[in-house]
Amino acid sequence: MAEKTYLQAISDGLRQEMRLDQRVFVLGEDVGVYGGAFKVTDGFQAEFGPWRVLDMPLSETAIVAGATGAALMGMRPVAEMQFADFVSCAWDHLVTVAAKQHYRAGTPIPIVLRLPSGGGFSGGPFHSQNPESLFAHIPGLKVVCPATPEDAKGLLVTAIEDANPVLFFEHKHLYRRIKGEVPDERYSTPFGKARIHREGDDIVVVTWGAMVYTAAEAAGIVAQDGISVEVMDLRTLIPWDREAVLESARRTSKVLVLHEDTRTGGFGAEIAATIAEEAFEYLDGPVKRIAAPDTPVPFSPPLEQAYLPQIDDVVAGLRELAAY
Amino acid sequence: MAVREAEPFGSLQEVHDVGLDREDLFGIYRSMLTARAIEERGHILYKQGKIPGSFYTGRGNEASAVGVATAMGADDVGCPLQRDMGVHIARGVEPWRIFAQYMGRTDGPTKGRDGNVHIGDARLGLHAMVSHLPAMLPVAVGMGLAFRIREERRVAVAWCGEGAAARGDAHEGMNLAGVRKLPVVFVIDNNQWAYSTPAHLGHAIDHLADRAAAYGFEGVVVDGTDVLAVYREARRAIEKAREGGGPTLIESVTLRMEGHAVHDDASYVPREMFEEWAKRDPIDRFRTWLRDNAGMTDEEEGEITAGVKKLLNDALQRAEESPLPDPTTLLDGVFASQDELETPHHK
Repeated sequence: MAEKTYLQAISDGLRQEMRLDQRVFVLGEDVGVYGGAFKVTDGFQAEFGPWRVLDMPLSETAIVAGATGAALMGMRPVAEMQFADFVSCAWDHLVTVAAKQHYRAGTPIPIVLRLPSGGGFSGGPFHSQNPESLFAHIPGLKVVCPATPEDAKGLLVTAIEDANPVLFFEHKHLYRRIKGEVPDERYSTPFGKARIHREGDDIVVVTWGAMVYTAAEAAGIVAQDGISVEVMDLRTLIPWDREAVLESARRTSKVLVLHEDTRTGGFGAEIAATIAEEAFEYLDGPVKRIAAPDTPVPFSPPLEQAYLPQIDDVVAGLRELAAY
Repeated sequence: MAVREAEPFGSLQEVHDVGLDREDLFGIYRSMLTARAIEERGHILYKQGKIPGSFYTGRGNEASAVGVATAMGADDVGCPLQRDMGVHIARGVEPWRIFAQYMGRTDGPTKGRDGNVHIGDARLGLHAMVSHLPAMLPVAVGMGLAFRIREERRVAVAWCGEGAAARGDAHEGMNLAGVRKLPVVFVIDNNQWAYSTPAHLGHAIDHLADRAAAYGFEGVVVDGTDVLAVYREARRAIEKAREGGGPTLIESVTLRMEGHAVHDDASYVPREMFEEWAKRDPIDRFRTWLRDNAGMTDEEEGEITAGVKKLLNDALQRAEESPLPDPTTLLDGVFASQDELETPHHK
């Protein structure tokens, strides 16, 4: 066990799987000689050679479709989009081919797409997005959003083992900012099993990715007013841990759903609707959503700060719910 | 680099030189007849209301499809498209399963989850197409990438029509294959019409095979109604790829002899064009060649024709006995399970 950054944990997990299984290989833009835009695959090409760490042309469709073709031939590709935003260029392949091939043709597509996502550092409209809900809507794709270094490694291992296309959203703002204890040995973290980041009884905040930390800070602040808040980290959106969410909703009777993605059609809407259907009679207040507004992600710092859900926004939401 | 235009085929000796014996030739003829007959029967089933949705045929493309498929090795793979029934037949897909697919029955390769020729038997190295053409082209490139990584002597065939060649997938796939010199053969079936859009509104060059030079590999134009010329060029390209010589782009020129699908009367295609190309019907051409060059007798021909007829009669009966899918299976198979990963093509 050693303390590692979120980024090191991803890198270690990937390296471990590549050492274990010859079929695992990496493809993406600048992942080889340069080691990736964020250096997740730094040193990989030296260790595994140029045909297992492939620098690709600027061709997101060919990268993801190429991964699918290789997977059909028995490989376990891990493709990197340089930024999650660029996965839009491969949208057609993912939703048309990869997501539907098993249902209609019976052939598994075991591919992993690593997607550096999220804002907070003036990346602007094209380097800051969290497009997880778009893919959560497509039957046949799995969606993973780790928040901690330990989960980042364990969920990546599970993603590589999985027999389906997995979209692995790595939050860029966590890469070097978040550190934690990460086991050295190989382990896998199951999909669809939520994690309690902070325990509490009065309100549950259901969230994932970087917003786990925003929620935890807010929970710490309202604790001084005697409001006890549970922070639930979903870890994976497809599949998502409905039972854990419903159990906490029934127990606390008040729910705040928090995400960095935009509000309308965000995954929070699915969670809120499910609670309304399945736990309505247990609620002592409306299910509250805090999310980014329905705009592109702006560049200039004051605008971006206004766009991203802040600790103060969550504190205000929690107080409002507590008073309801 | 000017594109090479393939010569037409000549004598029986030339055929022997490219590795085909008399039985192989009869096999090719049988596959072409079977492919066309399946679609003719399918059209009747469609008119009888036994086939839901729409129905597509590949009339005029039988030589192109069977020629390429015959040139593929047993371990080679590919993603054929909606005019390529001949590929499925030549690779060994049983006709009764195709009829079952047409009718949405459980014994169709997609068990009723998808229709018409959206099929692929992975055990035969074929992978099911999608409607978004040519989305499977870069997938085939990925198959070639896997072979290159593992240093296997296998080749992937990527099909595309002249219409879909306008899409970015075709460019990205061909560019990647060229950059990495992957064992992939691209076949553009240029049947001159993308639904109602004529080829000259889809691309501004005389030959799509000219694009190969821009990707750093060889392009060749072949008469897609001459099954032996298609076979010879496909075999040359596949063996070149197998030996590490990189991709080839084969443009196979035909005419789509029917509408985009059976609802379409193709009234936008000039009558004279159909008349002209009808004289070059790939099956008639090959039949004449077999009689003139391979000494196919009336008896031999009659045997092949009767065999295809019986095959399809039996196939249709068997397909009609196949049950419709149980609605309670609707949710099955959205996700694959771990134990499905070790199929023959997942080694």
